[in-house]
Amino acid sequence: MSVAAPRLRLDAVRKAFGDAVVLDGVSLDVAAGEVVTFIGASGSGKTTLLRCINLLEPIDDGAILLDGDEISRVGRDPNPVRRRIGIVFQAFNLFPHMSVRRNVTLALTEVLGLDREEARARADGLLERFGLAGRADAYPDRLSGGQQQRVAIVRALAMSPEVLLLDEVTSALDPALVGEVLDVVRELRGSGITMLIATHEMAFAREISDRVCFLDGGRIAESGPPERIFGDAADERTRRFLRRAVPPRD
Amino acid sequence: MAPAPEARAAERRAHERRVRRRSAVVAAASTVAVLAAVVLGVPRLPRWDRVRRSFFDGERFADSLPRLLEAFWLDVRIFAWCTPVIFGLGLVVAILRNSRAPALFPARALTVAYVDVMRGVPVILWIYLVGFGVPGLGLERPWNSPLLWGSVALCLTYGAYVAEVFRAGIESIHEGQRAAARSLGLSASQTMRFVVLPQAVRRVMPPLMNDLVSLQKDVALVSLIGPIEILRQAGIDKSKFANFTPYVAAAAVFLCITIPLTRVADWLVARERRRTAGTVVR
Repeated sequence: MSVAAPRLRLDAVRKAFGDAVVLDGVSLDVAAGEVVTFIGASGSGKTTLLRCINLLEPIDDGAILLDGDEISRVGRDPNPVRRRIGIVFQAFNLFPHMSVRRNVTLALTEVLGLDREEARARADGLLERFGLAGRADAYPDRLSGGQQQRVAIVRALAMSPEVLLLDEVTSALDPALVGEVLDVVRELRGSGITMLIATHEMAFAREISDRVCFLDGGRIAESGPPERIFGDAADERTRRFLRRAVPPRD
Repeated sequence: MAPAPEARAAERRAHERRVRRRSAVVAAASTVAVLAAVVLGVPRLPRWDRVRRSFFDGERFADSLPRLLEAFWLDVRIFAWCTPVIFGLGLVVAILRNSRAPALFPARALTVAYVDVMRGVPVILWIYLVGFGVPGLGLERPWNSPLLWGSVALCLTYGAYVAEVFRAGIESIHEGQRAAARSLGLSASQTMRFVVLPQAVRRVMPPLMNDLVSLQKDVALVSLIGPIEILRQAGIDKSKFANFTPYVAAAAVFLCITIPLTRVADWLVARERRRTAGTVVR
């Protein structure tokens, strides 16, 4: 590890909803450009962790640092931080009353203050890059689930975030449409963007990650390079989870 | 052996044609039966002749219609200036009621009280209270006009109804929409303006138009504190002729406005659905 501050640091992050402790002291350093996946059973805290990093959920204790700067500080304006940390949701959450292009340009014109021409050029460039050039004027309901999720990724990317959070982006898709979305994520790997990915796609996690974190009971039970986690996990809970989640090869 | 695909398709089309033809025949037959019952049955009622003379007198109808239309112009004007005020008021109240800023707590409390009080009392009572009460303060012309204060009463009551419709629309927008907007760095007010409100307003278009149709009719209540609009004019003509036909004429005038208004609302909703939705399930 270099001596520079990590791109993202989680320091003993705690979050509870009422009596239910969802994150029970999560600590993690993520380097710039690193791809980290979170695996674990439903309810293990993956989604909540990503929502906390984007400041959509306030944390109860601990700290979240972006480039050494504590973004989770109480009373801090979350909007400048969110421009630097994009998130893509399981349910796409596209704006149904706007065309695909407007979905992408909305934050460019209203948050970054780009003029319409610039915003349009940036949106069209990204839509083209991800094979959506012909759909710019369509409304989201006319698109397949895979196309909608790709638009959602483009919408987040258009803000040029340093960190991209992907929250089970293929869980709401037909199996036939999963591939096209994962291809987009593959293309992003190595572009310098830091990605934190919550997923149930074990083969994908194994392929794409620099590091895999297994979440259990609101803690990172085990983390390491994918070969080790999937091949030779040290923690019994990880092994038990993977036995159920990964079909045996024959 | 199963029939060839073309034969199966032809059979299916023939079946659908038969079903359609049978539906058309049944609909036509039942319509004829109902119409016949009304046309033949009603005149046999014992007092029908008297009712026909005092409610459906063609001559009186033609005589009073021009005066009624002229008076109706006042209804149209009251409707026209109340509608934007009501929508503006309703929207502001709904947004305030949904706001979370602590500084707005008094405004929030006020909107709750406003909606409860306005919705809890009949429109006609508010028209009496505001329309007679405020000019009673000894205001100078033109500020003592019952027309003005009657309109204000309509705006206040309908503003409360419309606020509740808007509020229901705002609350019906999924949390994910807000999360997506905020995650892109939009502020709470930008999220409301660009993402929540446009969807909420489209979603509540049908009930809003419904309220507009109600308003169009309730405008006539303003006549009870003085202004001579169509209902009042019909009452004057009724007394002059000693005949109820002017009321029927006034009803016909209202229908000429309210029925097209309802159809326009349906068309707007259908157009919006066609524009954004992939498929329509019938």
